[in-house]
Parts: sequence; C-alpha cells; structure tokens
Amino acid sequence: MNAAPPPPAIEVRDLRRVFRVRQGLFAPPREVVAVDGVSFRVPAGGVLGVVGESGCGKSTLARLILGLLEPTAGEVLVEGRRLATMDRRARARLIQPVFQDPFASLNPRRRVRDIVAMPLVAQGDVPREEIARRVAEMLERVGLSREQGERFPAQLSGGQRQRVAIARALVLRPRVVVCDEPTSALDVSVQAQILNLLAELRRDLGLTYLFISHNLAVVEHVATEVAVMYLGRIVERAEAEALFAAPRHPYTRALLASVLTPEPGLGVPDVGLGDALPDPANIPPGCRFHPRCPLAFARCPVEAPRPVPTATGIVECHLEDAAAAARPAAA
Amino acid sequence: MSALLEVAGLHVRFGEVAAVRGASLTVARGETHCLVGESGCGKSVTALAVMGLLARGARREAERLAFAGEDLRGLSDRAMSRLRGDRMAMIFQEPMTSLNPSYTVGSQMTEVLRRHRPGTTRARALDRAVELLGRVGITAPAMRLGQYPHQLSGGLRQRVMIAMALMCEPELLIADEPTTALDVTVQAQILRLLAGLQRDLGLAILLITHDLGIVARVAHRVSVMYAGEVVESAPTAALFAAPRHPYTRGLLACVPVPGKVRRDQPLGSIPGVVPRIPPGFAGCAFRDRCAHARPECAAAVPRRAAGPEHEFRCTLAPDWATRAEAALA
Repeated sequence: MNAAPPPPAIEVRDLRRVFRVRQGLFAPPREVVAVDGVSFRVPAGGVLGVVGESGCGKSTLARLILGLLEPTAGEVLVEGRRLATMDRRARARLIQPVFQDPFASLNPRRRVRDIVAMPLVAQGDVPREEIARRVAEMLERVGLSREQGERFPAQLSGGQRQRVAIARALVLRPRVVVCDEPTSALDVSVQAQILNLLAELRRDLGLTYLFISHNLAVVEHVATEVAVMYLGRIVERAEAEALFAAPRHPYTRALLASVLTPEPGLGVPDVGLGDALPDPANIPPGCRFHPRCPLAFARCPVEAPRPVPTATGIVECHLEDAAAAARPAAA
Repeated sequence: MSALLEVAGLHVRFGEVAAVRGASLTVARGETHCLVGESGCGKSVTALAVMGLLARGARREAERLAFAGEDLRGLSDRAMSRLRGDRMAMIFQEPMTSLNPSYTVGSQMTEVLRRHRPGTTRARALDRAVELLGRVGITAPAMRLGQYPHQLSGGLRQRVMIAMALMCEPELLIADEPTTALDVTVQAQILRLLAGLQRDLGLAILLITHDLGIVARVAHRVSVMYAGEVVESAPTAALFAAPRHPYTRGLLACVPVPGKVRRDQPLGSIPGVVPRIPPGFAGCAFRDRCAHARPECAAAVPRRAAGPEHEFRCTLAPDWATRAEAALA
C-alpha cells in the first residue's frame, strides 16, 4: 500500500550557470556566476515566488528552467522527468513561460489567434479543427473576445497583450508556468486583473507556478512559498506566511523593510544596506552578503555559510548557524 | 506656508487628444505634493507644461500658472530657460537618458551652475559639485567627477541627477517617477535622501508617481489624476483614511498590502483601461469604468468639498461611501 509519493511538479537540483565575459579586446575573460547551486522543489499546485534585486540571477534561473539556456551544472525535473533529455516539443507540453514585456514577447505581425495557436502548430500532430477549437476556448478562458482574436498585438492594451501571452502559455495545458515579472510593465489596476486571472487559472487548471518578481507585495499575495535570491544563491526559502511574518536572513529583512505599503505616517524606512552594490562579476568571499550586512561579524568574510534547515525551508546565515548549534541537541 | 507653484485650469492638447483637462494644483514651500495616477492620465504632461518643456505641437492654456507669484504664461523662451535649472529643476525616471553619455559627471554638473551664474570659476563650480555629490550620499565624490554616466549604477546615476538638479539651489524640484527604474532597497534610500534634502533646504517637491505606497510614505498632499483631470485632492492622511472618488477607492483596492489583503481573496480591480479623451468631451471620464455611474455623470461634474482642503470631482455626495457601507452592515 505504500505507493511512492507523487514527484514534485518541478524540482531543481544544484543548478549553476557561469557566463564568460570579455571586458576588452585583450583582457582575459572573466567568469560571472549568475546562478550558483540553486536547489528547490515545488509540489503540484504550489507557487514558488522568487525575489531579489536586479542582477541576483532570478531571470537567468527562469531561462535555465525553461531550457532557453544550458546549465553549467545541475538539472531540472518536471514531474520527475529530466528536461535536459527531452526534445523541445515534449518540454513545451510540460513547461511554458510568461514574460514581463508583452510588447516584446508577441510577434507584431501575427494575429492574436495565430500567436496563441503557435505552440499547437509547432507540435505538428494536432488537427487543424482541434487547434481552432482549443484557441477559441483558451481566448475565452483568459477573457479575450473572438473579435480580439482577429486583431494584431499593437491594437491591444498592455493588459490584453499579457492575456494573449498567458493564453499562448496555457494552450498546450502545461504542468508548470514560469512567470518572469508578469505584471511589472502594467498599471496597478491592470496588474490586479492579471494577478486575479493567474490565481483563477491555477485553481481551475491545477497549475504550478514559478513566480519571479521584484515586487514583494505581489509575491506575498500569490506565492505559497518564497525563495530570496542574492548574487546567484537562494539565501532564504520558506513558506510565504512564515517568511513574511518572521524573516530570518538579514537580507530578507532589509527587502521586506523596503516595501512601501500605502500606510501614511510611517515614512520611508532606513534599510541599512549601505552603498556597496552587489556585482555578480565580483562575488565577495565568505558570505556573499557580508559587505552590505548590518550584522556581519568576523566569521562572515572568511567562511561561506551553509544552508541551515528551518521549520519550513532553509536559511544561509552564520547567525542562524550559530543559533542552531547553541540549541540543545535534544530539542 | 505660501504657495510656490500655482496651477489652475491647465489644459494641454496634442492635436485631437486632450492630455490635460483643467488640472489645478498648488505646491507650498517645504512641501511634497504627489501627483498620482496610471500611465496616460496626464501627470507627466502636467509637469512638462509647468517647466515649459512640452513637445512642439502641444497647446498649453491655463487660468493661472505662477511660480513664486510670477506668471509663467507670458514668459519668453529665454526667460523660461533662465528659470529652468536655476529656481526650478526637474529629474526624470531614467537617469541614463537624461545624462549625456559623452561627458563626465563633473562637466555636466558644472555646466548648470556656470550657465546660470556667469562668472563662477570652474574651480568654484567643481567644489560645489563635490559638496553636493557628498550631500546626496555618494562616496568618493571627487573621483566620480571624472567618471562617465555608464560607469555608475542606476542608483548612483539617480543621485547624480538629484545633485545636478540642486546645483543652483532651486526652490522647486519636480521629480517624475524618480525611483521607478530602481530596486526597492535603492528606492528607499533615494526617497529618504529627498526627504532629508527637503528638510534641510526647504525645497518644494512635486513628485509624480504611480505607486500609492510612495505617496503614502512621502507626500504631504496628494492629487489623484485621471484622464487629464485632478479627480481628488487632499492632505495625505485624509486621502488614505477616507478616499471619496470611486477611482481613488478602486486604485487603493488594487494594491496588495502584506497582512491586509487575504491571500486567497482576489484583489480589487478596475475594469477596462484609461480612455483617450478627445477635445470637447463632457462629463466624467471615469464613468465607463465606474460601478456608481448614473445618467448625471455625462453632464458637467461638480467639484465637491469633503473636508478641510479635501476636494473631489464626482456626482456622488461626499458621504456616499460611508452611507453605502452603513447600508451593507
């Protein structure tokens, strides 16, 4: 009776990507480690929010998971199957992207219905009548009219274009959708419409999302679990409620402190991160966050912290490590 | 506090599009006035109209447009460019597009001062630039003078823009989405910096943003724009405590607030998009998206007082929201 538990919808094992960048004609190439040993699993129906500042590697992570970039090391599994061994068509049936800028991600010279039909056409074995039927169904599902299906992307508003991008991502009925800043280019009222639509689709179609955003308030609203990235590593991962209620890593705390909620009278908080900005081409030794950390101590610049398990995830910080060691072993 | 910038009945038209339709606002000395709204609502055009920087082909009309009591409408281009960068300065969203990539930070910063204060020596101007770069929290300011904009990070560039805007000690600073392109941590630093500068220098700031979180945290006074009109204007605390215009209320409901909005509940949203308004349009421009629209909304919309210095433009009575909530309870 002991059936194996179902595999996670998506699992990432020790993913790493190094770019080699030349900074001058004769300069030796330098290594930029964009993603450095990232591992996580998301159960079916979950939403993993990935947050971090620009340059932390969150978009590179998305591209690695989608197979748009080759990882230097590590692997990605969807429902227990390795993506690297699949051909593009099989991969497209499992995992699909929604990008930030619907202006750039839609072909301006094709009609909306053809854009949405493209993934089905690319499969090569879907009958034409079925394509037409599924496209019509999908357009209706995301709130676009039949008449809007005949238009070109330039004739639609930003929110409608993002609906087209979502319809295109879902028309193959994938298991996992990677949303890379899906609402960052939209106005707040439209952003709310799109977030509500994504939540509804996830519930109705049983989707799993990887939701990448710099907007923590948005992530708090949609994610079941949150991973905080800093210079290519996940420095803290926890269930969303736990992370927002009790952030452990000093970087997570600073990020949360800088969210400006619409509550007058609170003023702008002092984040306390200083001026040293993260540079992925020049990752500091030891804990990569130590030059900006208000709590750094002697051990931080010399030794990289290891992931310490917490109630619902992990945290990589020497303070947590020391606290875990100080706790009695029996506890 | 006396009004430094007074705008009343401002209209801006680009051909067949009425971008600003009778907007009014005042900014007092030492005050931060936030102009908030979605893209296309006319907030940037309002700022450019004040600065006299509208694109050619735009038509600007106003009942009153005055800076420190001086009427800006009749000023010649020359008089206006003497004022700009001197007593009133502006910073923009994307500092990379407003800094000249082929000149060093130092030469761009000193140009402003030497142009408006002829007779300032280069050495004196450089001293002032170093002083201001330090003031906006840039480490090693003297070294930065020799750098080019592309050598700086986004946050540093925006600090350079702010320092440059302050070279001539302006009385009014117009900031158009100054932190939209920046990371949240850097955004908080830049907004703290602006607040500190305002306290120390008595600067009046007109801050344009789409982010209600920024508005709540930095503004003394808020004007909400929609389709070229100021639909609601109030002191910040009053606006957030008791928003009156259906658009303001809709906008506030759209923002996810950690710990306030239940995660499994949908966010509030406003159906449709901001319309383009042709000249001669009558009535409330929000009525097609408004849940409370009535036939009266197609006629001229009155301006109503909802409290001290709190005005909104709507056919609904000022206490409609409280009555609607009471009826539900």
